[in-house]
Amino acid sequence: MDIEAIKVLGMALAVGLGMIGPGIGIGILVSKALEAIGRNPEVSGRIQTNMFIGIAFTEALAIFAIVVGFIIRFG
Amino acid sequence: MNTAHAASEGIAIHLSAPVLGHFFGIPLTATLLTTWVMIALLLVFAIVAKRRLAMVPSKTQVAVELFVGGAFDYVADALEDRELAKRFFPLIMSIFVFIFALNVIALLPGVDALGMWKIEDGLSEFVPFLHSANTDLNIPIALALIAFFTVEVTGIAFLGVWKYGSKFINFASPLAFVIGIIELFSELARLVSFSFRLFGNIFAGKTLILIAIFFVPFILPVPILAFELFVGFIQAFIFAVLTLFFIKLAIAEPEHH
Repeated sequence: MDIEAIKVLGMALAVGLGMIGPGIGIGILVSKALEAIGRNPEVSGRIQTNMFIGIAFTEALAIFAIVVGFIIRFG
Repeated sequence: MNTAHAASEGIAIHLSAPVLGHFFGIPLTATLLTTWVMIALLLVFAIVAKRRLAMVPSKTQVAVELFVGGAFDYVADALEDRELAKRFFPLIMSIFVFIFALNVIALLPGVDALGMWKIEDGLSEFVPFLHSANTDLNIPIALALIAFFTVEVTGIAFLGVWKYGSKFINFASPLAFVIGIIELFSELARLVSFSFRLFGNIFAGKTLILIAIFFVPFILPVPILAFELFVGFIQAFIFAVLTLFFIKLAIAEPEHH
């Protein structure tokens, strides 16, 4: 394998594996938020906002995976 | 930076922004032009809207007032202080409106269709005048820098250099020191996550639309476009709200361990 091929593989692995954790995290986050809304529909607006903020923080980890992927590929 | 070809006929997905020309050696990109056009449009809207303000409001004015008032209440709620909210609301709202407007204008049909043919290295290439601004990493980074420095300067202005600095470099105990260093890194990591979140989402959306149009030109792109409109709204909202929450974190008193 030449270095280019390894770089492409490395990027794919970094991004693919890095997405697993945030994926699980966002799943848990949204499921809990939906449970909360189901139990307490009056405050669904605030729960949704907090949910989106939580998603943004969790998503940041996936973003770091992409950034690392880019660094491996192009850096 | 690089070109990826999804099919042999070539949908070209460019990571770098289309360059229209050079201005004193600084590349003038279509994305930069889009932001200028957007700034001009927003300014014109603001001036016209200000002239038309009436005590007996029109329907549009009521809608805009409800929207801005609701947003202000949200900011005041989060900061738990109406005076503080008055200080930060203009910036947060500007960030939201600017990003949202950029994301919306990028979805309008015809935005990428106006352009010119440029000959480069013997190949003629189509360069659009306007291009989705947030698909150019420089613009999210610029916005992230604005948000980042606002947060840091706010923290220093409210707590003073020493107190604010003690959040990051703290010799009270080994544990506090380690926590401080972690805080420092997560503070700097915000720059990356801020800019790449906006860039990644909008760029992925643009690519998705391009590929959908290439393979299924009819009907399928419509729900995707609607979804991208939603994504554009959410990303603008997230950017503004995270700035708000980081400001709130920055002005909070440091905890003593």
